[in-house]
Amino acid sequence: MNVVLVKELGFAYGLQAALQNVNLEVPEGLIYGLIGPDSAGKTTLIRAICTLLPYKQGMIEVLGRDALKNSAAIRAQIGYMPQRFSLYKDLSVEQNLEFFGRLFGVNSQTRGQNMEKLYRFSHLKPFAKRLAGNLSGGMQQKLALSCALIHTPSLIVLDEPTFGVDPVSRMEFWSILHSLKQEGISILVSTPYMDEAEQCDLISLIDKGQIIGQGSPADILAAWSGWLYRLKSSDLQNLYRFLKAQSCLDDLQLFGGEIHLGSDSQLSDSLFINWQRQCPCLEGWEQIQPSMEDAFLKMMK
Amino acid sequence: MPSPKRITAMASKELFHILRDPRTLAIIILMPVLQLIIFGYAMNLEIRRVPLLIDDQARNASSERLINAFSHTPYFQIVPANQRRLEPEELFKERRAQATLCIPVDFGSASQVLLLKIDASDPNSAQLIQSYAQGIIASGFPASLDLRPFILYNPDLKSSFFFVPGLVAMILVMICALLTSISISREKELGTLEQILVSPVSAMEILLGKVLPYIFLGLADALLILGVGMLLFQVPFRGDFLVFLGFTFLYVLCSLCLGLLVSTLAKTQQAAMMMALGITLLPTLLLSGYLFPIPSMPWLLQKLTYIIPARYYLQIIRGIMLKGNSISELYQAGISLGLMSIVMLIVAVKRFKLRLS
Repeated sequence: MNVVLVKELGFAYGLQAALQNVNLEVPEGLIYGLIGPDSAGKTTLIRAICTLLPYKQGMIEVLGRDALKNSAAIRAQIGYMPQRFSLYKDLSVEQNLEFFGRLFGVNSQTRGQNMEKLYRFSHLKPFAKRLAGNLSGGMQQKLALSCALIHTPSLIVLDEPTFGVDPVSRMEFWSILHSLKQEGISILVSTPYMDEAEQCDLISLIDKGQIIGQGSPADILAAWSGWLYRLKSSDLQNLYRFLKAQSCLDDLQLFGGEIHLGSDSQLSDSLFINWQRQCPCLEGWEQIQPSMEDAFLKMMK
Repeated sequence: MPSPKRITAMASKELFHILRDPRTLAIIILMPVLQLIIFGYAMNLEIRRVPLLIDDQARNASSERLINAFSHTPYFQIVPANQRRLEPEELFKERRAQATLCIPVDFGSASQVLLLKIDASDPNSAQLIQSYAQGIIASGFPASLDLRPFILYNPDLKSSFFFVPGLVAMILVMICALLTSISISREKELGTLEQILVSPVSAMEILLGKVLPYIFLGLADALLILGVGMLLFQVPFRGDFLVFLGFTFLYVLCSLCLGLLVSTLAKTQQAAMMMALGITLLPTLLLSGYLFPIPSMPWLLQKLTYIIPARYYLQIIRGIMLKGNSISELYQAGISLGLMSIVMLIVAVKRFKLRLS
């Protein structure tokens, strides 16, 4: 069964198209990732799924209900964690959890049990009396996740939960998501970090409002065809300009401290040596396996 | 159906916000007291068409000339006398007249004494009524004519009697409208609304939950201004305290609903603040009958005063504090406030967006 089904969804802010012909199937009990850069349309898609946007094109079903006609029932059954920290910073950890529990009509006994359980995985119990605004970024995200879980929803929808959080907290957050999955909770999560795609069972790559690739992370990497080379240089700009001028190369990406060069055919060492003669700043090359980021950048084209 | 559980969840959360923010709390408490102290000035304003009842017991040529003189000025409007003779006190309590002129039976022959009774619950108007009447007498009648003013409710024409009730009305509507409108637009601005929208909560529950804690805060504020006013300016309180509390509750509710309405229009806290101040401060000052008596306004403005909550509350608070009015004389104003609250709440709920756009 699909917990989320999106068919031919289109959405525009005024004349600015934000989503075009989006199709999505999120199966039950998995971690489903929406991967894409900023302003790709992830937040718009997630808001539409959470019944927050009045879309006119296409259709969305969440837990078997229509997102436009049946928004009240959907809202009561899912857990949502928006992109920005949206809890009350002037309320304590405990007060935030209490408030959301009461809002969802969780009775006080169940609420107490759920809070204890949520404290166990979030390790927030020592901070129960602390104001949410005084928590670190990682702890704020764990609190937001806890609030989204207080009414034990079967589906949680998380919009960039690890954005701006330190790497250690990000890893901890993902391990929490994996244990939630073990408990049978379906998770739809968006992220701009390509490396987090590996944490998901299934992903959709999204760019400029369109889905550009779908499948398991392994499928997407396997779909990569051709050879990929990593080139090193102490003067990357110079090397990049030189390679750009070579007419035979079109798949060229600047990656932090290196350049990735994709090619449909194998490139011989003599070609690299030849380049090194013309441009001495080319210091080394090796063939590598493509990462999710390489796959994404290739699909964008 | 709105669920009481979710409303109280919203309301108690709101209470935490209030208690966590001492600055706002200080403004709520200090602003009225400061305004009250600053407003220590008497105001001099022109008035027109004062409802005047003439009790003509003489019915002779002299009395007719006198009545003509009064009816031919823009300052007075003669109220038709009923069959039943009404005591001025009753007329004033029902606000049918603001002054009565009593012409004795033997006027024009033996007696030259006229009795002018004035309702001074608005001392500024009372003063002007007195001097207008004296002006009319002085310009067309022999100097031997003796106009004796008799001033009810506020014999010393103290301006504090005038501005303390008015200030209660003004500060209450301003603060209440500000509180609710800011509280909701803050949730929009901070994004917290987006979070609580994805829950079973309905628009009605959110809005009622927002209003509930501020009703108590508003009532506390009303009592504070009143207490300080009575203490510093010796304003009397002649009516029943519980009646006052009941009607003030309605006024606070009405003002809070006005704030809700503002919040459905404003996207940011700043816009909400400007709007709430804009629609409460000046209209209350100018169109409620606080500074300018409603009968002396042009027709259109007179009609406009019907949608100003303070118009009704001023009748209520002046009536209770200065005239000792009871429910039977004020219930119409109370009903108006109640109806306005309901209408504004319904419009706010209809306008409140449960989706983002």
